[in-house]
Amino acid sequence: MPHETAVDSIRLFSGFARGSVKLILRGNRAYWMWLAFLGALIVSGVLAYSEQVRFGLGLTAMRDQVSWGFYIGNFTFLVGVAAAAVVLVIPAYIYNWKPIREIVIYGELLAISAITMCLMFVMVDIGRPDRFWHLIPPFGFLNFPSSVLAWDVMVLNLYFVVNFVVATHILYRAFHGKRYIKKLVVPLVLLSVPMAVGIHTVTAFLYNGLAARPYWNSSILAPQFLASAFCSGPAILLVVLQLLRRFTRFEIQDAAISKIAELMAYAMFLNLFLHGAEAFKEFYSNTQHLLFTRYWYFGIGAHRTLVPYAWSAVGLNLLAFGLFISPTTRRNLITLNIGCLATYAGVYIEKGMGLIIPGLTPDTLGEIYEYYPTVTELRVAAGIFAVGFLLFTLMLKVAVPISLGEFMDKTEASTAPDAVFAGAHTAQ
Amino acid sequence: MVSRRLFTQSAAGAAAGMILTACGPKRLYEAPKDRLKASIAEMERKYKEQLGKDIKVSDAGPIPGVHFAYALDISRCIGCRRCVYACVAENNQSRDPQIHWIRVFEMEKEKGVDFSHADPYYNPAEVPEEGHFYIPVGCQQCENPPCTKVCPTGATWAEKDGIVVIDYDWCIGCRYCMAACPYGARHFNWTQPTIPENEINPDTHYLGNRPRPKGVVEKCTFCIQRARNGRYPACVEVCPVGARKFGNILDADSEIRYIIEHKRVLVLKEELNTVPRFFYFYAT
Repeated sequence: MPHETAVDSIRLFSGFARGSVKLILRGNRAYWMWLAFLGALIVSGVLAYSEQVRFGLGLTAMRDQVSWGFYIGNFTFLVGVAAAAVVLVIPAYIYNWKPIREIVIYGELLAISAITMCLMFVMVDIGRPDRFWHLIPPFGFLNFPSSVLAWDVMVLNLYFVVNFVVATHILYRAFHGKRYIKKLVVPLVLLSVPMAVGIHTVTAFLYNGLAARPYWNSSILAPQFLASAFCSGPAILLVVLQLLRRFTRFEIQDAAISKIAELMAYAMFLNLFLHGAEAFKEFYSNTQHLLFTRYWYFGIGAHRTLVPYAWSAVGLNLLAFGLFISPTTRRNLITLNIGCLATYAGVYIEKGMGLIIPGLTPDTLGEIYEYYPTVTELRVAAGIFAVGFLLFTLMLKVAVPISLGEFMDKTEASTAPDAVFAGAHTAQ
Repeated sequence: MVSRRLFTQSAAGAAAGMILTACGPKRLYEAPKDRLKASIAEMERKYKEQLGKDIKVSDAGPIPGVHFAYALDISRCIGCRRCVYACVAENNQSRDPQIHWIRVFEMEKEKGVDFSHADPYYNPAEVPEEGHFYIPVGCQQCENPPCTKVCPTGATWAEKDGIVVIDYDWCIGCRYCMAACPYGARHFNWTQPTIPENEINPDTHYLGNRPRPKGVVEKCTFCIQRARNGRYPACVEVCPVGARKFGNILDADSEIRYIIEHKRVLVLKEELNTVPRFFYFYAT
């Protein structure tokens, strides 16, 4: 490899940047309508958020009794998505299963988008976003290792960086017809697996460590977080891969898809089992701590706002499990996609509303304040999801052509594109 | 060479210093005396500008050999809520929306101390109501506070005299402390707090009752502005039945020590190992 000078690097990068912009600006009607839709949601979210900043968090339904709500629920769910997307690396490497290995890069891009959304959800939840820098040393002060939130800030940002470096490096090298630098990529990819488990465990510990909240103060929380994440992350990825296969030359074998669906069935089983174990403990021992679980599943007196959500989540999760465990239904693309949607919705409900709200209802002194998100909260959240999807869409728009060898620096191409990219995640 | 390095270093230092100053306030935790004085002068200037009123912000530190503790006589409390409103007035709590650092719970004598059957919104013509008793709850000033442990920016801590305080200029409003507090003692400014100008208490402390901004957490400080001046907290003074006792737990001759040593004393949620400095007792 010839030695690159700084001038060369700039020339190479500007070629990549210009090419990427061209790719992003090229698309059919459906693509532009999708972008316009996301843009509209983002505008609405920004407007809602600016009102919230002006008036204060009083525009949300959160109050002293239920001091965290929809924002933190979404944050928790998305940490799971980010973690699970990369955990696909495990089957790819440990079992050296090639069909999955080729899609790991998309998992990483999904992780980048999900972490971006996570950080935005935290940002919109804090009362003083103008003081965000108080968390960042040396100007601020990060209460590490005492605060689990300090841990979470660190692992989430580190995880973001690791995925960003790996994904952009591989794509950038492939663009120039070169193989990625093994010494850089392999350790980082291997590091991203324990980190994926780590971000979700730390996020679970965030709640788990609070003795004031018996609903969270159960050691089953972290394993259950991981199990449900391994359902929801791949559920999104499976749908995305099918869309790519449909609209681009991107190929993915049915075998890979149904393999992932099979793994999701095991994860969902574990998730349901852990929920069952927790429910058994609560209902059989029937202590005062049962109140929170009862509020979620049955309501307390007239306070039954969450009950329909609780049972929808149970139903959707059971449906997904059934569809994924049976080989016939997971090989059939229609039932498979129903399963994916059911998983996504089921886990979204149980991890979002189902984790945060019953954890805080009734409050520590027994008061029941029924939380239900306001329009402001829904608009801000939709805006953040739109930012995430926009980011993911634009990254795919560049990454897919590179991986197909359609988007390459013509002046440099020396290796056959397929060979360059297909090997992108080969560990040896 | 040396002088050049020295130059670069001092230039870098100066630049860093400028950035730090530009970034506004620093944490008030264990702030050196001179910086604290400067911060307080700045606070007073800002209050004058915003409220058009002279607010005195005290920087009185903990008194050596003093450890504050509180005791509340459940058998005497009649649930009149005078403590709640005396606290609001003394500590500049927002009137709209209302923030109460003390909440009084009405419980049934038949059920005993049970928060899941308690009513904080009781509103009879007269208190106490037949068959009921009352438990006022505020910050328990824990020896082992779960709230300070979780704060990601170190904006809240226990002072040497045992008072758990918040640096309102450093809090980012993440509300993790509120999730961690087992006593619902922490309150958030969900919107701009408002107090009629003539009702603002101008005698304040930088870690206590000085007016708070929107988007930060606040809580009871045992009236730090009074306690460190040798005065009783407002709730102790106002209580018409003398149910509230306050003092230095390290002083063997104090009333608070007598109560803890001779009365039937309990703390809330003892099993959580928060080690409250707020005791409930039955004097009769």
